[in-house]
Amino acid sequence: MSKRHIVVDPITRIEGHLRIEAVIDENNTIVDAYSSSTMFRGIETILQGRDPRDCGLLAMRICGVCTGTHYQRSIEAVEDAFDITIPKNARIVRNLIQGALYVHDHLVHFYHLHALDFVDVVSALSADPAKTAEEARKWAGVAGVSPYTDGESEFKAIQERVAKFVKQGRLGIFGNGYWGNKHYKLTPEQNLIGVAHYLQALDIQRDLAKMQAIFGGKNPHPQSIVVGGVTCVQDIQNPARIALFKQLLSDGTKFVKQAYLPDVYMAGTMYADEATDSKATFTELIGGKGVGGTGGGLLNYMSYGDFRLDDTGFYKAQTLFPSGIVYGGDLSKVEAVDHEKIAEDVTHSWYEGSEPLHPYNGQTIPKYTGLDKRDDGIAYLKTGEKYSWIKTPIYNDTRVEVGPLARMIVGVASKDERITKYVTNFLKRGNLPVSVLFSTVGRTAGRAIETELMADVMMEWVDELAANAAAGDLRTWTEFDFDKVSVKTKGMGLAEAPRGSLGHWVRVEDGKVANYQAVVPSTWNAGPRDYKGRMGAYEASLIGTKVADPEQPLEIIRTIHSFDPCIACAVHVVDTKGKSLGVYKLDSQCSI
Amino acid sequence: MAERIDGVRKLFTSKSARVDTNRGDLYYQQLFDTCRARLDALREQPAVNRLDFDSLLTDEGQDRREFMKWVSAVTAMLMLPPMFTPLVAEAAELMNRLPVVWLELQDCAGNSEALLRSDGPKIDEIVLDIISLEFHESLMAPSGHQAEKQLEDAMEHFKGNYLLFVEGSIPVGAGRDWCTIGASGETFLDHLNRVAENAAAVVAVGACATFGGIPAAAPNPTGAVGVMDVVKGKPVINIPACPANPANMVGVVLHYALTGQVPELDSLLRPKFAFGYRIHDNCERRAHFDAGEYVEEWGDEGAKNNFCLYKMGCKGPMTFNNCSIVRYNEGVNWPIGVGRGCIGCSEPDFWDKYAYERPMANANIKAPTGGVEKTVDQFGLGLLTAAGIGIGIHAVASAVAGKREEGGEG
Ligand code: SF4
Ligand code: SF4
Repeated sequence: MSKRHIVVDPITRIEGHLRIEAVIDENNTIVDAYSSSTMFRGIETILQGRDPRDCGLLAMRICGVCTGTHYQRSIEAVEDAFDITIPKNARIVRNLIQGALYVHDHLVHFYHLHALDFVDVVSALSADPAKTAEEARKWAGVAGVSPYTDGESEFKAIQERVAKFVKQGRLGIFGNGYWGNKHYKLTPEQNLIGVAHYLQALDIQRDLAKMQAIFGGKNPHPQSIVVGGVTCVQDIQNPARIALFKQLLSDGTKFVKQAYLPDVYMAGTMYADEATDSKATFTELIGGKGVGGTGGGLLNYMSYGDFRLDDTGFYKAQTLFPSGIVYGGDLSKVEAVDHEKIAEDVTHSWYEGSEPLHPYNGQTIPKYTGLDKRDDGIAYLKTGEKYSWIKTPIYNDTRVEVGPLARMIVGVASKDERITKYVTNFLKRGNLPVSVLFSTVGRTAGRAIETELMADVMMEWVDELAANAAAGDLRTWTEFDFDKVSVKTKGMGLAEAPRGSLGHWVRVEDGKVANYQAVVPSTWNAGPRDYKGRMGAYEASLIGTKVADPEQPLEIIRTIHSFDPCIACAVHVVDTKGKSLGVYKLDSQCSI
Repeated sequence: MAERIDGVRKLFTSKSARVDTNRGDLYYQQLFDTCRARLDALREQPAVNRLDFDSLLTDEGQDRREFMKWVSAVTAMLMLPPMFTPLVAEAAELMNRLPVVWLELQDCAGNSEALLRSDGPKIDEIVLDIISLEFHESLMAPSGHQAEKQLEDAMEHFKGNYLLFVEGSIPVGAGRDWCTIGASGETFLDHLNRVAENAAAVVAVGACATFGGIPAAAPNPTGAVGVMDVVKGKPVINIPACPANPANMVGVVLHYALTGQVPELDSLLRPKFAFGYRIHDNCERRAHFDAGEYVEEWGDEGAKNNFCLYKMGCKGPMTFNNCSIVRYNEGVNWPIGVGRGCIGCSEPDFWDKYAYERPMANANIKAPTGGVEKTVDQFGLGLLTAAGIGIGIHAVASAVAGKREEGGEG
């Protein structure tokens, strides 16, 4: 048979350890794909038996990239269990910590993890700096702004710097890239713009991270959130801190509007053909309507909703991102999310179990069955059996995709005014059809749209915080009687991490964690096939993609990167009910 | 057992846990000569990466003066007297002779993220450019076999010369075969050993790579351990904390460029320049500790007045690290600044020993005491678990071995 099997391991420029195997036919079109995570730590097992107030710090270490998101969800799950509503200052501070993460994380993703899938660094060497400046003005013009990097001399200097780097032989982290691949579609000038912004974004992201540190103490892994509120009283009452935050935010916003968005217009336009080429999609293959284009995949999108805008407490407050589900890319309908319909399946995951279970009843007993050992130095996944450490989350017995694109799509389908305005503006300015969203490029665009929205809205929030503190409200914590509320209870923290829907579920008994489970964004997207043999979002999104050169899996990593994989956090062990891997006692050290 | 406890007592009360910042003129003169010779030798070596330092400075929009300010700050951080400033500057310029390979094992990428946030005005970017980062999964362009080839190539080309940074722990227990890298499905353990074999030295960054970190927290489902428990016959430098402070990563590389040796290490293989003192020794809230003024509950009047966080579980008194001086994100803030207290993330087993909201039951700190040093040592001892003792003793052995191998201290 002329089918070929491509193994890509490691998938780089992601967080965690991910392997993709793809099968291509004689036309180099992907006809089958498998997504596998090959790393396991077991953090949920580690959480059992601990004081629920300490979970946040530990659970945060599920991921060093969505830094602080797991922290907040974990704390909120406990607050939900204890029925605590946090004060206004705490709510806004948490929104700012998480909002800063969104802007930072999306920017780093686009430039440092994803851009090299679109930008050919070597091609930038042959760009004409004068024409590059012109090109930059053109795309900034599309966005209605002046370009971030302007002027021939600036581009020339950057080009010379890169030329020196390339000439000296060893390319370091740029070595062995897919330079020259036919599926790089940008012109040399456009590539030079991309390279320039890649370098500048290194600086910008460092400043954006400081925003999180102002109210979080440090980045990554902030430390100011506690059950009941936040601890950063001195930072919210200090006008200099507020001013610094605003300064960093407005500098970052400038880059977002004048570099990031124009660059996405540029890439979006250059790749618009395949983004709207419904022939290439997975839906077509499964008999769907054929909306969207290359990389579209499942076309079912879910968001839990996030960023509370008032102080009415969990799951009652109005949120910036609405919750909901959109099926089949049909923007005319949105269904409400019912968390009871969430389940995890382990048919193809390295765990024991026979049926999908709700997270509160989740069971995870490692059952590693290994890889197929072959002589040619490649060990293939046993794809008919178990082949990943990631479980397979299922909503209402279907597979769904989560992430920034899902949030934008659910927002539009819910007729949310703010989100619809940002999405519509984006498409109008770029002269792009709606269908462009249902693709690899769309996923990247969704993230950019969200970044701009977040940056704008945070400015409102920080003013609100400053005004509240100035009016004399310095409350940052809600008191609770731990001994009373922690006897026997359970709670959940459901929200949206930058990469998508994130939930932590906790059961508390006698002041200790009896059971803990997290279902994270990359689990939804990167999970292997389910008990019915249905593909996950990564797998589905690869089907139908044509690979220009099977030796250079550029198209595979481009589509996988569009999800912004974060794999360490997708892998976890839950309560092994009566089969715990060890007993852990804290009592001896934990009394006051 | 008595014997082991005795050993640990020595460890925790010996001078090795303190920093000696003034060792006399003769010592520094000798060190100066060593560094001078090292830098000359380094200059002779072919550059891995021929980027011109001065033009990089200009490209970055920095001038020489700003750079020199950074250099003198780093010199102080490395606990060297001002006469070393020009040498440190030279070492920074010669870092393009130092290839670096960075591996990620059971990690969360927190240290890679921290590296990207490296502070010290913008100089880090130059450092990133300069040190010729040969392999770093989170940042490198190629994936799959092209990425693997890049690693092979670097290992071959720089045999015996590259610094290996490791982020994340290594499962050696139940999870030993569960974690694999690359198309061939090599285990983390084999992978690390193979790449470490030809490294000049191995730098473990973050709580996980140093002491096992969160995967090794009880009940340690995968049998995770740190690098020093796996890699043998190589100098190992530990830069713990969660994540490690990027200033300390840069410090170690600079120190290596400057002296060709691993920096002086404490009993847990941590560079003394960074881990030679307690958070508590340099804490901005220390005056409140001594005055007996504490935050008693989150959000109370004490919190609004930045009182000491000891009663809210601050583990600053038992944690060796320099974040009370260096801070995070270009000095913008740090955990105690933000009112949450220290969780002891640079200490072994801190997830099981320190990372909770309340003070330790037997901490026995009463303010104002003046005698805090003593009490701290006492409870530090009281809480050492058998595992802690094992690590401690192992560490002494490796530290001694390391020093012999390197022919002296930096
Ligand atoms: S040390 Fe901390 S930041 Fe690093 S990998 Fe471990 S948990 Fe993540
Ligand atoms: S106990 Fe903590 S907050 Fe208090 S002085 Fe010591 S280090 Fe600072």
